[in-house]
Amino acid sequence: MQEDQEIVQEFLVESHENLSRLDQDMVELESRPEDAALLASVFRTMHTIKGACGFLGFTVLEKIAHRAEGLLALLRDGRLRLNPPLVSLILEAVDATRSVLAQIEATGQEGSERFDQLIDRLEAAAQENRSRPVEPNPAAAPPEQAALRADPAKPEDETAKSSASADANIRVGVGLLDKLMDLVGELVLARNQILQFSTGREDAALNATSQRLNLITTELQENVMKTRMQPIGVVWNKLPRLVRDLSLSLGKQVHLEMEGAETELDRTIIEAIKDPLVHLVRNACDHGVEAPEARQRAGKPAQGVLSLRAYHEGGQVNIEIADDGAGIDVARVRQKAVERGLLSAELAQKISDREAFNLIFSPGFTTAATVSNVSGRGVGMDVVRTHIERIGGIVDLSSRPGEGTTVKLKIPLTLAIIPGLLVTSGGEQFVIPQVSLLELIRLDSGSSEKRIEYVHGTPVYRCRGALLPIAYLNDVLGLQPSRSGDAVSIVVLQAEDRQFGLVVDGISDTQEIVVKPLGKQLKGLTVYAGATILGDGRVALILDVPGIGQCSGVLAESQEQVRGAAEHTKQAKVDHQRLLLFRAGSFERIAVPLSLVARLEEIPAASIERAGGKLVVQYRQRILPLAPLASLLEGGNADAAIGDPAQVIVFSDGERSLGVLVDQVLDIFEEAVQVRQCAARKGFLGSAVVGRRIADFLDLAYVLAACGAEWSQQHKAGGPAATVLVAEPSAFTRGLIRNRLEMAGYIVLDAANLEEAVRQLERRGIDLVASAERLPPGGCSGLRALLRDRPEWKNIPVIALRGTEADLDGQIAEALHQSVPASDHSTPPAPQPAAATVA
Amino acid sequence: MTGTAIAKVESDRTRGTFATFYVADLFFGVDVLRVQEVLRSQPMTRAPRGPEVIEGLINLRGQIVTAIDMRRRLRLEPRAADAAPMNVVVRTEDGAVSLLVDAIGDVLDVESDAFERPPENLNAGARALIRGVYKLEDRLLLVLDTERTVDLACGRAAQQPEQICP
Repeated sequence: MQEDQEIVQEFLVESHENLSRLDQDMVELESRPEDAALLASVFRTMHTIKGACGFLGFTVLEKIAHRAEGLLALLRDGRLRLNPPLVSLILEAVDATRSVLAQIEATGQEGSERFDQLIDRLEAAAQENRSRPVEPNPAAAPPEQAALRADPAKPEDETAKSSASADANIRVGVGLLDKLMDLVGELVLARNQILQFSTGREDAALNATSQRLNLITTELQENVMKTRMQPIGVVWNKLPRLVRDLSLSLGKQVHLEMEGAETELDRTIIEAIKDPLVHLVRNACDHGVEAPEARQRAGKPAQGVLSLRAYHEGGQVNIEIADDGAGIDVARVRQKAVERGLLSAELAQKISDREAFNLIFSPGFTTAATVSNVSGRGVGMDVVRTHIERIGGIVDLSSRPGEGTTVKLKIPLTLAIIPGLLVTSGGEQFVIPQVSLLELIRLDSGSSEKRIEYVHGTPVYRCRGALLPIAYLNDVLGLQPSRSGDAVSIVVLQAEDRQFGLVVDGISDTQEIVVKPLGKQLKGLTVYAGATILGDGRVALILDVPGIGQCSGVLAESQEQVRGAAEHTKQAKVDHQRLLLFRAGSFERIAVPLSLVARLEEIPAASIERAGGKLVVQYRQRILPLAPLASLLEGGNADAAIGDPAQVIVFSDGERSLGVLVDQVLDIFEEAVQVRQCAARKGFLGSAVVGRRIADFLDLAYVLAACGAEWSQQHKAGGPAATVLVAEPSAFTRGLIRNRLEMAGYIVLDAANLEEAVRQLERRGIDLVASAERLPPGGCSGLRALLRDRPEWKNIPVIALRGTEADLDGQIAEALHQSVPASDHSTPPAPQPAAATVA
Repeated sequence: MTGTAIAKVESDRTRGTFATFYVADLFFGVDVLRVQEVLRSQPMTRAPRGPEVIEGLINLRGQIVTAIDMRRRLRLEPRAADAAPMNVVVRTEDGAVSLLVDAIGDVLDVESDAFERPPENLNAGARALIRGVYKLEDRLLLVLDTERTVDLACGRAAQQPEQICP
């Protein structure tokens, strides 16, 4: 059984390799249909697959392979001429084979799909030909035969080579290589420690031995690293097929040229660049290369050329994706950027072409007039950049109108062991990854104060005529400030496409470091990329250069959001909702769910009156209390900030209303909210990216409480309120739901997971549970099952939440209404202290 | 899933061998199988900007381990400046984490019928992290929920906002 498993595993690995070769060969064959050797190779590959399938008893697979092979045999024998539909058909068979293989890999079985239709079509294609055989063309056949006969050495050579290489190579699991790499990392650290230890001693023997250890370790490290190297061709293999399919579907002619496919990269990096590369190629095919007619009109050959080039340069790998298409219209990029609100019209004219091109990497940016199913939706280039930068790479784009576009990726060779610069600040040591390092500047004591200048209180340094924004590491990390008057060391760093100077107390050394991840308690900190162990055995934190840049504010805002959004998309929960954005005081973007908003009003400032020390306005024959938001949040004079006409957001639950005075209503967004950060100050639930910029979420409960809390008190008078348990893993969503329910007069308890929910249930009488469907573990149904099992809980109604339902309070009211007659709560709703504060 | 969650709680209640330690005047126990090792005070690398309860990072034979100060975690008054804390390294779902405690006690076997839920009037900071209490003859043994202890989102009060970027 075990042995069978192994054979199947072997078969899968081999077949995958064969199939990717088939993909390539078929595309090549399409351009050179007369190449008999190539055809023979394709035929052999298919034959091999068929043979193995038969042997292992995979009948469906065998059938597909058999028919495809039959077709290929006809082609090989010259009885059938290759044309695009036939190539597509064979490629389809390759895809079918692949999907069956995936099925086998997952389940060990072929699965239920029979691919009868495909098999029939393969058969039909072969039949059609057989019934109408190409008359044996005496002119054509002999050369083919001759080619086969003249080439007998070639296939043999190939087999000889492959068998020889089979002897010299063994298959090693990737897991083992990763483990080896980890161990080498440990060894490098131990070596660093020994070296540090031995330099302090006058022991010749120890010094000699540690030097030897040093050399061997370095060599070992290089070699182990090599074992994980893969040629970039591994990723490129699937591109010819991709380009072929794309150009067919787009009605374009694209010729793909690849150079440097043998360039090697660490496999973790290969993995990481796979998707960005595919994306760039798709983009080039869709937007870059023009339709044949347009090309001819422009005096270019109908067939466009897409060239991929990879080469080593200075310890990095460069990958260029170039097309000879229409290029990018800079004016249009500028115009789009202004339309999208990425920058002002004046700024758009000021920036250089290069900077304008870089706007393409902003999220949501697309210059495409139409959205195709290939690209143009505006998601993509930002993702490409995020992916590349995550592995320490750089993306650069250049374009000339009418001549084409080139995207250049600069990628490090490996990630596991990186050179780093050791700096000290506030008595602690930190590591800065060398890739981000541009230069070191040292200002001697005395002159340093003069050389760092201030623009609007922001420190800058004149570096060869350009102003370099400066951040102090001590300030960014909240460490002890260094003594002034001393010499100042500035580390000039590159983050994204900007530079900034980081002032540190001291610069000590460069060292090869092994990046180790931080525990989850520190994962959320954007200023650290990880940790490492130094030569002296101490732990040092590795600074995340873009993170430091953001935290110190030296990187412009737009960059911050790109990063924030990208980083948090993964783990952050995603909520689709409509949000109202507005401005109040120094808070530029405040958001509330639109479902809570009753109306937006403009009222003349003169009509605002005071009653009992509070601002009110007569509104629809009632007195509407007003909450001056800016002064609530910041303190200060309430009257000062009111504009004329005053902008009022009216919140209402039908009977009671509250108007919130804001400076300006900005916009309404409907989008997935990516929660960034929980609240640090009163009045806010947290921050999230809305419309590509950060917005603070208003905590309505706080606003209500702050302006007198009549609302909740009124409600309390109506009798004991029902207690609702909100079980929802995301703190942010919990906050939103809590807000809404408390406004509706419920007493709200919350829980992040099942265990907490049980704890809450045990502690208090709960009338209703609203549980997220993805409540860990076991989801809402798990919670339901648990409630059913306990006699005292089984009557508690449960509502499943998918997100932040707009009519949740209605649902709850209904569920409570239904449950009351049926249930006899053994624990009546306990009277609660005044509404739990949400801070 | 639900079944196992309950089973876990049940088994924790009945199992009776605990590694014990002191934090201020509180006497804690952690299931002995969860404790990887106990170490003297270790050289500590601080993590500026990190949550306040994190004392820093230690090098545990090449492995980087986060150290959580139990006094701050339980919102007790800080340890005397000259008192070196002990490291109780516990295994959690996310790898080893070190808990900094005042002193180490014995490994105790306790009777399951001596178990009770945490008293309502317990220090609010501590309550969220305690599974229950064993009534020993001379004192109370508080059973620490290590997973909740290392999950800093648990039992965090409003007065301890996480530091964020300006």
